[in-house]
Amino acid sequence: MKWLSDDRLNHLRTIVSEPDFSATKYKNVKELGRGGMGAVYLAEDRELSRLVAVKVLNTPDITDDLRRRMIREAQIIAGLEHPGIVPVHDVGTLPDGRIFYAMKYVRGSRLDEYATQSVSVNDRLRKFQAVCDAVAFAHAHGVIHRDLKPQNIMIGSFGEVLVLDWGVAKVLKPQIDTDFVHGFINENHDTSHGTVIGTRDYMSPEQARGETDQIDERADVYSLGAVLRFLLTDKATRTAKAICSKAMAHAPESRYASAAELSADIGRLLDAEPVLAYRENAFEKVGRWVGKNRFLVLLVLAYLLMRIFLIFTSRP
Amino acid sequence: MRFMDPDTDIGGPLHKFPVTNHSAIVNARSADQITRQRALETILTSYWKPVYKYIRLKWQASNEDAKDLTQGFFANAFEKDHFANYDAGKASFQTFLRTCLDGFVANERKAGSRLKRGGGMDHYSLDFAAAEDELASHAMTPTLNPEDYFHREWVRWMFTLAVDAFRLRCLDSGRTVHFQLFERYDLSDDNADISYASLGQEFGLEPATVNNYLAAARRDFRRIVLEKLREITATDEEFRTEARSLLGVDVK
Repeated sequence: MKWLSDDRLNHLRTIVSEPDFSATKYKNVKELGRGGMGAVYLAEDRELSRLVAVKVLNTPDITDDLRRRMIREAQIIAGLEHPGIVPVHDVGTLPDGRIFYAMKYVRGSRLDEYATQSVSVNDRLRKFQAVCDAVAFAHAHGVIHRDLKPQNIMIGSFGEVLVLDWGVAKVLKPQIDTDFVHGFINENHDTSHGTVIGTRDYMSPEQARGETDQIDERADVYSLGAVLRFLLTDKATRTAKAICSKAMAHAPESRYASAAELSADIGRLLDAEPVLAYRENAFEKVGRWVGKNRFLVLLVLAYLLMRIFLIFTSRP
Repeated sequence: MRFMDPDTDIGGPLHKFPVTNHSAIVNARSADQITRQRALETILTSYWKPVYKYIRLKWQASNEDAKDLTQGFFANAFEKDHFANYDAGKASFQTFLRTCLDGFVANERKAGSRLKRGGGMDHYSLDFAAAEDELASHAMTPTLNPEDYFHREWVRWMFTLAVDAFRLRCLDSGRTVHFQLFERYDLSDDNADISYASLGQEFGLEPATVNNYLAAARRDFRRIVLEKLREITATDEEFRTEARSLLGVDVK
């Protein structure tokens, strides 16, 4: 038997882990990225002649029950028709048993890449508000994302904001016709109590403790707060920091009750209105009013200066 | 809809090699003697080489001692049915086997030279000379601890067995060109200048056909690797965990 060098061994491992799309309508173009749960490939849809992103999950062998559940929940995610939620086109099983789902291929940059560009704070806040709106839409349909982070948010070529990777989403409400309160998939293939799902830096305390049956919309609110903190970094005003703190409160009941409420507070921040998260003192109120009405204040100041000038120059 | 080039199918009308669904770890507890014997042979085949190398390196055994300890370990485990005690809920079989091995070698060291040169144990026909050559020509990376080394060598051995099984199946089904292409393009360390076009010229095939043959070969090789893994794992969960370990991360 021939000795396999480390290089050949890794090559063979890659070959074996590469998806076999032969029984599907997709043709692999290249690998786009790889994470703990699976890999995402750029693929060509041969029937429609378009590029799609195909996520192949690291599950070479799953039970029929799990497969049915995953496909069912992919259907639910596919039902979330919102401009801020990347659409799922297709779900299926590869010949080796791995589950895949095909999504819209989004051209653009991830939010973490976008944040490295010189973008104004207000533009960052507007993008963040769009993320909140997409998440709020999902919440309204009983779906919790559970893995919100900058790497799962794309800024498209035309500035559109898309939330990706609903792979560990949890379906809450029976109104969307499912009895399953399970993740679409995670590394352990179930989301029973005690299973930790999410990404450490963006995960709510209840997620970190594996209390999956305690998780509701406010877990996503926490993650959104962490995304906001990432976006603002040292540029954050006291008010923006207060919004972050409220969203990331340790106790769920101290957070915003929903992503919609958080979005509304971001809107108020952008409009220089008082926000729920921060009680201003009198000076701050004046400062905010001046900031909001800068043009009017400048006009009045100019008028006053002109009057003073006229008073002094018109003296005999 | 199924897109498949008929030239790329290997293994009969179902377009698949026969799938092995049984687990040697489970069958090692079988009441049926033949089933049990086959299962134990599978375990021996799948693990003897990493075991031998691990004994040589972790326990600093001479090659003769390592041969005896390897033979003795499997003979003892089979005779005393140690593998039937494996509990998939506690650890992977690989970890369980390594722990048993450490216990066995430690006991043998305490007991002196009881196993020397046979010691009344069964002897299996194993190619220790090849294992020794590999040890001599490919030293252990200093950064690896013995447990990681055992795992890495097990992964290497699993892929080596899969390559061999794939070669035999290609020969049996008359698809030697598939294996030759796979060997040249995917197995050879000296393939920097090889392209589909150059392989096509060499084998008298169009580059697109080379592509199709290689895709089919890789697909079948993948299936064999997973079959091998299925054989030596006890539960679905262990199979998935080992598959992730084997396929999902870089080999250490």
